[in-house]
Amino acid sequence: MSTFEFPPSITSRPVWGKLEPRAGKSHLMIADAEGAEALLKLAQADGSLMTKAHIMYFPGETGDTYIGKLEELAPAQLYIGPSYEAAVPRLRRTLAGAHMGLQVYLTGTESLMGQAMREATDAGIPHTAIQTEHRGSVARRMQCVHCKGITENVMTDPFVCSHCGLNLFVRDHYSRRHAAFQGVCVDAEDPGNVPPPVELYS
Amino acid sequence: MSAGTNKIDVTVTDIVPLNDLVTRFKFERSDGELLPTFSGGAHTVVEMKDGEVSRLNPYSLMSDPNDRTAYTISVRRDEEGRGGSLFMHRNVKVGDRMTISYPVNLFALDLRAKKHLMIAGGIGITPFLSQIRQLDYANGHFELHYACRNRALGSYVDYLTSAHPNDVHIYFDEMKQAIDLENLLDGQPLGTHIYVCGPAGMINWVRDTAEKLGWPREAVHFEEFLAPQSGKPFQVELAASNKTIEVGEHQSLLEAIEAAGVDAPYLCRGGACGQCETNVVDYDGEILHRDHWLEDDEKQSGKKIMPCVSRFEGKILVLDR
Ligand code: FES
Repeated sequence: MSTFEFPPSITSRPVWGKLEPRAGKSHLMIADAEGAEALLKLAQADGSLMTKAHIMYFPGETGDTYIGKLEELAPAQLYIGPSYEAAVPRLRRTLAGAHMGLQVYLTGTESLMGQAMREATDAGIPHTAIQTEHRGSVARRMQCVHCKGITENVMTDPFVCSHCGLNLFVRDHYSRRHAAFQGVCVDAEDPGNVPPPVELYS
Repeated sequence: MSAGTNKIDVTVTDIVPLNDLVTRFKFERSDGELLPTFSGGAHTVVEMKDGEVSRLNPYSLMSDPNDRTAYTISVRRDEEGRGGSLFMHRNVKVGDRMTISYPVNLFALDLRAKKHLMIAGGIGITPFLSQIRQLDYANGHFELHYACRNRALGSYVDYLTSAHPNDVHIYFDEMKQAIDLENLLDGQPLGTHIYVCGPAGMINWVRDTAEKLGWPREAVHFEEFLAPQSGKPFQVELAASNKTIEVGEHQSLLEAIEAAGVDAPYLCRGGACGQCETNVVDYDGEILHRDHWLEDDEKQSGKKIMPCVSRFEGKILVLDR
């Protein structure tokens, strides 16, 4: 099962929903890894979406698992790419040419949804109008509040900043602008006194 | 009186009839000081003392939001209404002292929008006049589609078309010109927000069409002030203040509560803002809900009423006020 119930937290922490079909002139769907499952469910709920859908999919470690099934949905456009980062220019170009009436669906990891959400809101879509559904890994995209460097795929708390090497505590405090959770030095007062890392949500 | 509605004493310094129906009024502070700034789309509540009766009507501010020396409003004469607009047209003279509220904005521009698509019907043009001025300063991108009966009754048509020839589109009903809404909404760039002000039918038409075409609710803004309607007089018990009051035929429930000296909250006085929501303790009869605020199930529950526009017919109505 690729779903996970995040426990309730502070208001800053994004809350993800469930994708549902909505009326629209066109549909942009962005997914990584197990996010494909949410798109398959969405297509089941309303197959007609696919004739006006542009899917951008990043399989990552799931490899070929979902590709055949996504192809079977026969979306108007299906782009399968090696990474979200590599597809950002494509996404920006798509949004720049888009019109009102576009529905955006984001699904997969928090890192993917957060970053794609930022592009969509920069393009002028209210963030509350963008649908999301979390699937797959609970790894986080973290910003070090000290050096501002971003560490992707953080699975433990605390963790070591991949840029400045500080030991960082994983907070639920989230920045929509950085599309990242905030990591704060855990041993600032007593250097070296670092609690043993624990896997997130274990 | 109401929380959040400070008053300003003003003097009427100019009255300009624009056409058969609409007259413009200019207010300056009586103490010679500057007025508060406001943002495009804001309204003020004007108090009218008509002998024994006092009426408080909201009007959109249509002047330049950066001009603190004066506010202007445009009032459309409504022969069928309860007389607020007639009072403004007939009784108010240059030099009169009046009381208005601080500006309140329930129809503000969303400045995150990449483009502002404005749709106005008739006197619904007024909030757009100040919004457009605000956007002028910021070089904001807008397009106005304004429908009115004919050229003679099209308030500010000439001003708008000469100041913004490329961005203003006028439609005269009598010439069978109509906004081609589906076409207009189709193909608007991402980040466009819609603003609509006009008759209820127009607002619903725009909201429904936008929803059908997949526009997010957050990108569709609307303002419709409902004027309180006259109706049969009725009696109300105010439980918290232990008073029984009469609501006259041409009085709103809110005005009757105020006339009894009971402090009741309000902002828009037009059934739109939610501020005046009041709990119904008990009733035997029919609550005539006329607001845009309560959800349908709340209206049916009989537990809430919006006294600025809604009325009652029946034996007893007890309010928690
Ligand atoms: S005062 Fe705004 S809804 Fe009644």
